[in-house]
Amino acid sequence: MSENNHHISSYKDHLLVLLILIFLTVITVAITSIELGPFNTAAAMLIASVKAAVVLLYFMHLKFDHKIYRITVGIVLAIYAAVIVVTFFDYFYR
Amino acid sequence: MAEHTEHKHEPNYLEYQGKYKGLLGWLTSTDHKRIGLMYFYAMMTFFLSGVVMGLLMKLELIAPGEQLMGAQTYNGLFTVHGLTMIFLFVIPGVAAVFGNLFLPIMIGAKDVSFPRLNLFSWYLYMIGAMVVLGSQFIGDGPPDTGWTFYAPYSLKTNTNVVFAVTGAFILGFSSILTGLNFIVTMHRLRAPGMGWMRMPLFCWTLYGTGWIQLLATPVVGITFLMVVAERTLGIGFFDPALGGDPILYQHLFWIYSHPAVYIMILPAMGAITEIVITFSRKTVFGYTAMVISSMAIAFVGYFVWGHHMYTSGMSSTARWVFSFITFLVAIPSAIKVFNWTATLYKGSINLQTPFFWAIGFIFVFMIGGFSGLVLGSLATDIHVHDTAFVVAHFHYIVFGGTGFAFFAALHYWYPKIYGKVYNGKVANIGLVIFFTGFNLLYFPMFVLGIMGMPRRYYDYLPMFHTPNIISTVGSWILAIGLIIVIVNLLRARKGSGKEIDNPWDGRTLEWSIASPPIVENFEEVPTVDHEAYDYK
Amino acid sequence: METTTHHEDLHRDDTASKLGMWLFIFTEILLFGGMFIVYSVYRYKNPVAFHIAHEELSIPMGFINTVILLISSATVAISISSIQKGDRKLTIRMLVVTLLLALTFLINKYFEWGAKFEHGMYPGSDLMANLSHGDMLFFSLYFFMTGLHAVHIIVGMILLGVSLYKVQKGLVHSTRFALLENSGLYWHLVDLIWIFLFPLFYLIH
Ligand code: HEM
Ligand SMILES: [Cu+2]
Repeated sequence: MSENNHHISSYKDHLLVLLILIFLTVITVAITSIELGPFNTAAAMLIASVKAAVVLLYFMHLKFDHKIYRITVGIVLAIYAAVIVVTFFDYFYR
Repeated sequence: MAEHTEHKHEPNYLEYQGKYKGLLGWLTSTDHKRIGLMYFYAMMTFFLSGVVMGLLMKLELIAPGEQLMGAQTYNGLFTVHGLTMIFLFVIPGVAAVFGNLFLPIMIGAKDVSFPRLNLFSWYLYMIGAMVVLGSQFIGDGPPDTGWTFYAPYSLKTNTNVVFAVTGAFILGFSSILTGLNFIVTMHRLRAPGMGWMRMPLFCWTLYGTGWIQLLATPVVGITFLMVVAERTLGIGFFDPALGGDPILYQHLFWIYSHPAVYIMILPAMGAITEIVITFSRKTVFGYTAMVISSMAIAFVGYFVWGHHMYTSGMSSTARWVFSFITFLVAIPSAIKVFNWTATLYKGSINLQTPFFWAIGFIFVFMIGGFSGLVLGSLATDIHVHDTAFVVAHFHYIVFGGTGFAFFAALHYWYPKIYGKVYNGKVANIGLVIFFTGFNLLYFPMFVLGIMGMPRRYYDYLPMFHTPNIISTVGSWILAIGLIIVIVNLLRARKGSGKEIDNPWDGRTLEWSIASPPIVENFEEVPTVDHEAYDYK
Repeated sequence: METTTHHEDLHRDDTASKLGMWLFIFTEILLFGGMFIVYSVYRYKNPVAFHIAHEELSIPMGFINTVILLISSATVAISISSIQKGDRKLTIRMLVVTLLLALTFLINKYFEWGAKFEHGMYPGSDLMANLSHGDMLFFSLYFFMTGLHAVHIIVGMILLGVSLYKVQKGLVHSTRFALLENSGLYWHLVDLIWIFLFPLFYLIH
C-alpha cells in the first residue's frame, strides 16, 4: 500500500496555505468593489479557481498523491467545463 | 485449468448457509453473486409488468377511438411503462445483474471492493422502485408527464409527479454507487497477472459505464430535486411564468439521459462481445480497438444530448453543433459492429442459443442505429420528431439492444449461474417467435411515423389503422415467444440437468471454476499468465 | 493504484476507500455542477436583476463565513498530518475546533436566512411570489444552493464526528487513518464549493 509511507504535510505548510487562501479572499472582495466592467466577474472566477486549485493540491493532497488522481480530477473538470461550453452554444446564439 | 472441480463439500453460493437461513440469508448477503441474482429477480418482475402495460397500450391502439381506456389512463400508462422500463429495467440492466454476477470472477477476485455498499445499492434500488411505483397508488393519481418529466407541464399537472421524481432520484443514487463500486474493484482487485489490457472486454464496458454513471447521474439528480423544490416550495427554476427557462430543463435532463443510453447499451455490447468470441472459438479481432471504442463512446456520448432538442427552440448554432457531434458517435459504435463481424470471419462457429440471440441483437441494433441516423440529422428529425418513428427507433435500440443482449447474456451464463442446462431447441423456437413478433410490433411504427402518426396518443386517424393492426398482432406474437423463453428457463431450473463447468468452451475466468461457483469463487486466487481469449 | 498488490487482509484496502471517496467527490462536483449551469444561464439572461438582487446579501457575513470554512479546512488538514505523526491529542483538538467552526458557520447561516425570513423573504412567501422574474430566480437559486451546501456541511460534520469518536477510542490511529483522511477530503469538498458560491452570490458586480 503505497499510501502508507507517503508524504506528510507539515503544520507550517498548512498554515501558510491558509494564509494564502485568506489573502486571495480579501483580494476578491477588493477587486469586485472597484469598477472593471465585465472583468469583475472574470477576475472573481479566476481567483476562485486559483483558490480551488490550492485547496485541491495542498489540502486535498493531490500534489503528493499518485499522479493518476491528478489526471482524473483534471479530466473530470475538463468534461464539466466542456459541458458548460456546449450548453452555451445554445444561449449565446439564441 | 478447465477440468471439473471436485470440491463437492465446498457449498456453492446458492446453497450456502450463513448466519441466517432462507430468504433472510439472501436479503442480508453481501455476496456479489447473490446480489446479482436479487437484482435479476426484481428486474424480471418489473420487466414483465412493463410488458403487460405495453400490451395493454397496444390493445388500446388496435383500432381508432376509445377501446379499453380513455386518454388520461393511457397517459398514465405510457408514463409508468416508460419509467419502469427505463429506470427499473434497462438502466441497471445488464450491469447490475451480469456485472455483479461476473465482474469479480472475470478479473479473478472474490468479491467487489465494497460488498456492503453493494448490498446497500440493491436496497436503494428496491426503495426507489417502490417509490416510483407507489406514485401510481397514492396521492393525486398516476403521473401523466411521460418518463421525461418535461417542464413546465411536470410543474403544473396535478398528478403525483413529486413521488415519481423522488423515486427516480433514489434510483440514480443506487446506480452511482454501483458504478463507483465496479470502478474501484477493477482498479484494486484484479488477480495477479490480470493487467488492464488482459481484462475481458465485458469488464471494459463496465468500466466505461461506471464513469458515465458517476459523472452524468448527479446532473439529473439535482434537476429532479429542483423540480421537487419548485413544486413543493413554490420557487422558480423552470416555470416560464416565474422567469424560468423550460428548455434549460431539457438540457439538464438530456445531459444525463443521453449518456444514460450508453449506460444501457455499453454493458450490453460487452456481453455480446463475450458471446461472439466464445461462439466463434477465436480470439477477438482488435482487442485494443474494442477497448478504445468503449471509452470513446462513453466520452463522446457526453456531448450529444442536444439531438433530443432539435425542435425545442434551441439556437440554430447549437442544433448543427449537436448534429455534427452526434454523427461522430456513430464511429466507435460502427467499430464494434465491424470487429464482431471480423471476429466471426473464419471462426469455427458454434451455433447455439446464446449465439442466435447475439445475431438477433446485431440485426435489430443495426436497424435501430440506422433509424437513429435519420433522427440525428437535423432536417429529417424535424419531420419525424414526436411521431411513432421515434417510438420504433428507441424500442429497436433499447429493447432490441439492451433487451436482446440481456436475454443473450442470460442464455450464455445460465449454466454457470444455476449449474443447469436448458433445452436449446425450445429456447431457439422461443427466440424465433420472439424475434418475429418484435419486428412485426415495431417495424410498422417506422411507417406510421413517416406517415405522420404522433406518439403519446390513445387515439389516431383512421388512415393509420392497418399498420396498427399488424403492430398489435405482433405484440401478441412477441408475448408468446417471451413466455416460451421464460418457461423453458424456469423448467431447466427445476429440472435435474447435469452440471457442466464449461459448456461453451469459454476462455474467460468464470468458465474455469465450478458451476454454480463456490462462495469465494475460486479455491485459490488464480494467476493469469496469458492474454484474454487465449484460443490456439 | 494501477498496481495490483495482493492483500492478505481482504477487508482492508485503504487505497480502495480513498479512491472510492474521490469518485464520490466527482459525483458531488457534478451535482453542484448542474446547479452552477442553471445559475450561469439565468445570470446570463438576467444580468441587471441579479446585480440588484445581490445587494440584499451582506458581504461581511459572506466573507466571515468564507474565512471560517477556510480555517476549518486547515484544521482538518492539520489533524490528518498529526494523526500520521502519532499526535493523538492534537488530532482531537483540531477536530473539535473544526466541528466548532462548522457549527459557527451554520449559526451564521441561520441568522442570515433568519433576517431574510423576517423580511418576509422565504420560499413560498407572498413577497417572493411577487418578485420580478430575475429576482425570483436569484433568490430561488440562493436558497436552494446555499441550503444544499448547508446539508453538505451537516453530512461533513457527521463524518468528522464519527472520525473524532474513533480517534478517541483508538480505532483510528497513525497506521489506520483512512476514515479520517476520507472525511477530511469530503470536508475540503464542502469548502471548495463555498469558494465558488461566495463570489457568485455575494460579489456580483
Ligand atoms: C412487449 C413489449 C413492449 C411493448 C408492447 C411496448 C409498447 C409501447 C407503447 C405502445 C408505447 C407508447 C407509445 C406512445 O403512445 O407514444 C411505449 C412507450 C415507451 N416504451 Fe415500450 N413497449 C414494450 C417494451 C419496452 C421496453 C423493453 C422498453 C425499454 C427497455 C420500453 C421503453 C419505452 C419507453 C421509454 C416509452 C416512452 C414512454 C413515454 O412516452 O414517456 N418499452 N411502449
Ligand atoms: Cu440521445
